[in-house]
Amino acid sequence: MRRRLCVLAGAVAMAAFLAGPASAYMVYVSNEKDNTITVVDSSTMQVVKTVNVGQRPRGITISHDGKHIYLCASDDDTIEVIDTATLEVVDTLPSGPDPELFVLSPDGKTLYVANEDDNLVTVIDIESKKVLAEIPVGVEPEGMGVSPDGKTMVNTSETTNMAHFIDTSTHEITDNVLVDSRPRFVEFTPDGSQAWVSAEIGGTVSVIDNASREVIHKITFEIAGLRSESIQPVGVRITADGKKAYVALGPANRVAVVNTETYAVEKYVLVGQRVWQLAFTPDQKTIISTNGVSNDITFIDVATDEPVQSVTVGALPWGVVVSPN
Amino acid sequence: MTMPAETDGGGTLPLKAPAFGLANYLVCLKGILVREGLRFLHQRERFVSSLVRPLLWLFIFAAGFRQVLGVSIIPPYKTYVLYEVYITPGLCGMILLFSGMQSSLSMVYDREMGNMRTLLVSPFPRWFLLVSKLLAGVTVSIAQVYVFLAVAWFWGVKAPPLGYLMVLPALFLAGLMLCSLGLLLSSMIRQLENFAGVMNFVIFPMYFASPALYPLWRIQESSPLLYKICLANPFTYAVELVRFAFYGQIDWMSLGIVAGFTTLFLAGAIIAYDPSRGLMTRKQDTGGNA
Repeated sequence: MRRRLCVLAGAVAMAAFLAGPASAYMVYVSNEKDNTITVVDSSTMQVVKTVNVGQRPRGITISHDGKHIYLCASDDDTIEVIDTATLEVVDTLPSGPDPELFVLSPDGKTLYVANEDDNLVTVIDIESKKVLAEIPVGVEPEGMGVSPDGKTMVNTSETTNMAHFIDTSTHEITDNVLVDSRPRFVEFTPDGSQAWVSAEIGGTVSVIDNASREVIHKITFEIAGLRSESIQPVGVRITADGKKAYVALGPANRVAVVNTETYAVEKYVLVGQRVWQLAFTPDQKTIISTNGVSNDITFIDVATDEPVQSVTVGALPWGVVVSPN
Repeated sequence: MTMPAETDGGGTLPLKAPAFGLANYLVCLKGILVREGLRFLHQRERFVSSLVRPLLWLFIFAAGFRQVLGVSIIPPYKTYVLYEVYITPGLCGMILLFSGMQSSLSMVYDREMGNMRTLLVSPFPRWFLLVSKLLAGVTVSIAQVYVFLAVAWFWGVKAPPLGYLMVLPALFLAGLMLCSLGLLLSSMIRQLENFAGVMNFVIFPMYFASPALYPLWRIQESSPLLYKICLANPFTYAVELVRFAFYGQIDWMSLGIVAGFTTLFLAGAIIAYDPSRGLMTRKQDTGGNA
């Protein structure tokens, strides 16, 4: 009997251990409406601090060493550099007007910025704070993605409905791929063979083969009880092992979990209202969604694809990034 | 223990209750439990109907009221949940409520049919017989709840795995409270036909004036008075106790209130069924004198 109790106690302790918090990372959320970023501890899922930043903060990313946050302050027409130790704005980068979203090159030296109002992609060298190139693209550029080898960069233009493939060495557009209406976001698979492009109005995610630059599959979404207009794919993230993709579905309040081999939607995870962007923790155990209308973020367990907890942040949370260490 | 009523009433030798060992008590408890279990198993319609009722609510009512975009976050939920997830603890409460009242019905039935005499001539103390009857009722209720939860699990309504274990003590206490209430009511009901009154005046008001089907803040928005009524309803706390337990949490206020009401109802039922002080005797006496 005692032995049995010991086994039971062991099993309970094991379950508690397995369910225990993952390593602590800092989660940085840009709040578009109240001009702040909220810092959340990923292990306690509590807000640590709220920091005032420039106007209309949207795109947010972090340097590979985790020392600096880069933030698009869209209405200030600049990119702010925030020291993660002091959480103060220490520098700005010349972004061109109305920067919305950007991507950091794999070597961490270059930022590719979409300038929504000027139909440009601006290439910025971080160290020298110089603009290396301005690449004319389609109307209302937004989504930005870069291949893992750093050779190809993709920009989507919301009104032209195209994904523009750009050679990062020449800064020239090499291919234009037509996708569905209002493409918002680009994410490369970890092996670089595919670029996944979400289309907000079209309600699809186009999978583009990086070699042939052709759409090889279109993923559609269907949620019982919801009109198809409410399903608006925005943020996309793919796990490091390349097996699962997460797609934020905007006003559907759900994150779709997609099998990257079969392209089948395996699950819809209920999160807050108007889910916008997503970010993994570096250990890939958790993915975090920003929910714009309900002013919160939701932590989703990657192993079970179950929502764990929602945490209230600032007004209209837009982008999210997690510290690498 | 002496039984003053019978000695005074009879005016004969004082009756001493025989001294029973624990084993004897257990035999008696087992007898009552087995009888209740057998009765439940033999009444297949009762089992089916007790299962169909909450499932109808889960499958049809929840589908009609389904908030596809999620119920806003209130404790113990840490994130957004679907409506069917929200009402599942409430439906567990409903099973306990109906089942508790059904045992009260069975007491009235037993009394009408004369079966109760068999139980009451037992030499064991009256309180023990009543508590055994209660435990039997609660056990049957909890079995129904778990069958319902199993079906809900296949329907996609899943609580954390440990929650199914943690909810057991909460179901037990909530079941005890509702069964005691049923027992107390049964002492006041003279005839089987009056059970419809219990349905309309006890079960439905308790069920609807609780957070079983909707969060109380919604009721507060439409009527502050109704909100206060909900707060005065013991069933409210039974549902919340069960809801929190599903997520491994103890809602201390609900626990205290449910424990308090259980004690109150149980004491009331024991007094009501006590032949010396009981409500029944008093009623009969007054009836007889008049």
